[in-house]
Amino acid sequence: MGYPYLSLTEAERQEMLAAIGVGTVEELFSDIPPAVRLQKELDLPEPLPESQLIRHVQSLAARNVTLDDYASFLGAGIYDHLIPRAVYHLAGRSEFYTAYTPYQAEVSQGILQAIFEYQSLICLLTGMDVANASMYDGATALAEAALMAVNITGGRRVITFESLHPDYRAVLATYLKTRGIELVTLPTPAGVANPEFLRPLLGRETAAVLLQQPNFLGLLEPVSDVGAMLAKSPTMFVASVDPISLALLQPPADYGADIVVGEGQPLGNPPALGGPTFGFMATREKYMRRLPGRIVGETRDAAGNRGFVLTLQTREQHIRRERATSNICTNAALNALMGTIYLALLGPHGLTEVATQCLQKSHYTAERIAALPGWKLMFSAPFYQEFAVQAPVAPEKVNAILLAHKIIGGLPLRKMYPHRSEWENGLLFCVTEARTAEEIDRLIRVLEGLK
Amino acid sequence: MEEEKNDKQKHQDIPLLMELGAPGRRGYYLPAMDVEASPVADLIPQQYRREDTVPLPELSEIDVVRHFTGLSRRNYGVDVGFYPLGSCTMKYNPKVNEDLAALPGFTRLHPYQPEATIQGALQLMYELEKLLCELAGLERATLAPAAGAHGEITGLMLIKAYHADRGETDRDEIIIPDSAHGTNPASAHMCGFKVVEVASNERGGVSLDSLRQLTGRKTAGLMLTNPNTLGLFEEDIVAISEIVHAAGGLLYYDGANANAILGKTRPGDMGFDIVHFNLHKTFSTPHGGGGPGSGPIAVSKELVPYLPVPVVEVRKKKEQRTPVAEGGPAFQANNREESAPSGSYCYDLHKDDSADLEYYFDYDRPRSIGKIKGFYGNFLVMVRAYAYIRQMGAAGLKQVSEDAVLAANYLMRKLAPYYDLPYNRICKHEFVLSGRRQKERGVRTLDIAKRLLDYGIHAPTIYFPLVVEEALMIEPTETETKATLDEFVAVMRSIAREVEQEPEKLKGAPYHTVVGRLDEAKAARHPVLRWRAPISG
Repeated sequence: MGYPYLSLTEAERQEMLAAIGVGTVEELFSDIPPAVRLQKELDLPEPLPESQLIRHVQSLAARNVTLDDYASFLGAGIYDHLIPRAVYHLAGRSEFYTAYTPYQAEVSQGILQAIFEYQSLICLLTGMDVANASMYDGATALAEAALMAVNITGGRRVITFESLHPDYRAVLATYLKTRGIELVTLPTPAGVANPEFLRPLLGRETAAVLLQQPNFLGLLEPVSDVGAMLAKSPTMFVASVDPISLALLQPPADYGADIVVGEGQPLGNPPALGGPTFGFMATREKYMRRLPGRIVGETRDAAGNRGFVLTLQTREQHIRRERATSNICTNAALNALMGTIYLALLGPHGLTEVATQCLQKSHYTAERIAALPGWKLMFSAPFYQEFAVQAPVAPEKVNAILLAHKIIGGLPLRKMYPHRSEWENGLLFCVTEARTAEEIDRLIRVLEGLK
Repeated sequence: MEEEKNDKQKHQDIPLLMELGAPGRRGYYLPAMDVEASPVADLIPQQYRREDTVPLPELSEIDVVRHFTGLSRRNYGVDVGFYPLGSCTMKYNPKVNEDLAALPGFTRLHPYQPEATIQGALQLMYELEKLLCELAGLERATLAPAAGAHGEITGLMLIKAYHADRGETDRDEIIIPDSAHGTNPASAHMCGFKVVEVASNERGGVSLDSLRQLTGRKTAGLMLTNPNTLGLFEEDIVAISEIVHAAGGLLYYDGANANAILGKTRPGDMGFDIVHFNLHKTFSTPHGGGGPGSGPIAVSKELVPYLPVPVVEVRKKKEQRTPVAEGGPAFQANNREESAPSGSYCYDLHKDDSADLEYYFDYDRPRSIGKIKGFYGNFLVMVRAYAYIRQMGAAGLKQVSEDAVLAANYLMRKLAPYYDLPYNRICKHEFVLSGRRQKERGVRTLDIAKRLLDYGIHAPTIYFPLVVEEALMIEPTETETKATLDEFVAVMRSIAREVEQEPEKLKGAPYHTVVGRLDEAKAARHPVLRWRAPISG
């Protein structure tokens, strides 16, 4: 059995061994103590040549129901948006995807300039001054933003609300707990944050308040009120935002955010079972040197030509080691590139149209569901793209019937809010621009027919 | 000299996206709105709305395609040429894996879909976990970490949880060799540990005497890469393991260098309790210009209870199971009486019993450290790694390590006459040279690296590890031909000769790249980190 990715021939191996001055390749492993040498072959399945590999892996893919097979009304952090085919063609160029991190800038101007453009676009969307080159995802970006605020302010407490994505709060809790930082989660019985709950908690000990806009339930949070309250306090304001919503919603810089993060998947990245995606992170100029992760900067060569390099590297692990702003090394450059290409293709009017359709289609759907007997919209605050409705029967039953009609229904809220018994029949529906009138009408018809 | 001048004259900036375009251009159009629509102003109150139009450039599809195609032609990847970056394992990225990872049956999946609708994906994850555990010599694994560094903090949190569970919360020190990758101490700090550095001995391994002195009641664990960052196998690994375990600490294996040991030894057999693998290094998934990666960690039996949630499990199908099985702690609690005991199924990778099995996410793990990432990890990266392991098999992976180690030793022998070799012993998959000799002629490792770019070869890793002066770390990997290796030797020999005969020339390298040597100091002193719209007067 040969291997297409191993390029040495047997004759060459012998030549090389001779050049090294050993008789067999085993001699090159003689420094591994016999006590730890593997005495048997690894117990792995027999190797598959390419055509059989394709057949096998395709059979695994075929056992999944996809968002092309069924109409999906799931959101909750990963969104089914339309992705221009050009995104895949351009990000699929192997000069991009087979490259390493651009430490040798002169041969990496392609990705470096693309990342500089990405950073610029994130700043244009959010209104902030500086962005980094990406984080792993929205959840870890939020956790790192919280740690950044802790490092800047010295506060040992971080505050958030129940209306922030429960899984993001779970990741936050894991990251903060290991550093002994307190996470306070304030209740949101009305689905949105009540800024008054914050007032007694502001001060030096509180490093940051974290809000999501729109929040997990699709509702708009009182971000201006929170921003105004925090403007007069040492506590920092971290906003986690949906990037496409920024075509319609006020940029976080305008309502006083100090650090902005979010999940970049809606920008040109497929749902992919939740990964890989990218997290974006941006901040004010004064906090530039406290940002984690890579950052690309502009410079010149000796002849005066413009070029781009990784910069402010003294923040990072390979230089500062334990005093680095984070341990992050590999991030999500290719996914950020896909996001950049998406934004370039959509442009201001395309992005606004996507956001507008998400807003309008979700409202259209919500109104029609709420009009069905036994169903009601759970919250009264304005919403974008997602909304929670209370079903007249168990959500699992609703979804089982929807599935039989090739519809993937909304996320049962009790999965995420097990302690809120008053939400236990709640379903979080998401309607993006990708949902057609036919799909929405089919959803309503099936829900109408539920007994 | 003529050649060099012409390259500079030909230079053209590629304008930034924001400098391109024209009002009215657009690169993508949606289907028209097909349901009744209320005006935006009726749906979003004014205080939440953006006042202006989002300030993005207006480009047509051809604008965008030419722009990024042009940028790609100014980028060097493994598909372009040799990329001997030590510690990065820049092996060839198989094309079939790109196609498999692009299958809609994988890309078009929502993470919160009912488990019954993602059985193929869950099977792939479960099997990849089993494959990695066999390679690691350990019990269970989590695929959730998004990169090696992410795996490190996950592993360190497991160590913390393990000791806390035993009431040993004053174990707050992590021992790390002075030669370690920067992510190791950075990760330890992120997890609230103190970093204690252990020195290397003259053979380049961990000094056992130093280690004995540093371990004690406060030792939570030791982080080690084996082979280490010098490309040398820790010959005293058994003793190291005994010393740390005897002191009550755990052993963490940084798997960045696993390409050297596949099928030869396993971290679990060496005594490690936790191992992270870099799928984007050892398991051929592409580096993407800086990610995405994937850093799964495998653990020993004692640490399994602390793994992040969810864990992918498998059980035999029950006859009358509801078609919609949704995860989440509340649902599981309400339906526990229906499930068969988890983890009790004995899985055989050589057979395909999947028709009788169902895979599911297990959140019922009371001692888990919690979630460390949104969703389940970098699934499309997992697809590629799974495909690679299934294509290579045991014999293939062993050949990978043998060829990687052979190629590295070959280069080391061939280059030793021209560059200092601080550790003159058999190396594993990478080795470190020192540019000390060249420094005496006024030429630094940085200059050598930049000159390599002129020959169309990516420079090796420079100035790492920190324990070697003017370090040059070279890792050829197993996917290169002998001809490529020989060409590299010839180029390095030429450069060594240039150092002797025209050292000044090297200080101005590179000459044949799209830009000359970029001023990194200026970039840091006067940071320009984004485009700004010109202010029109």
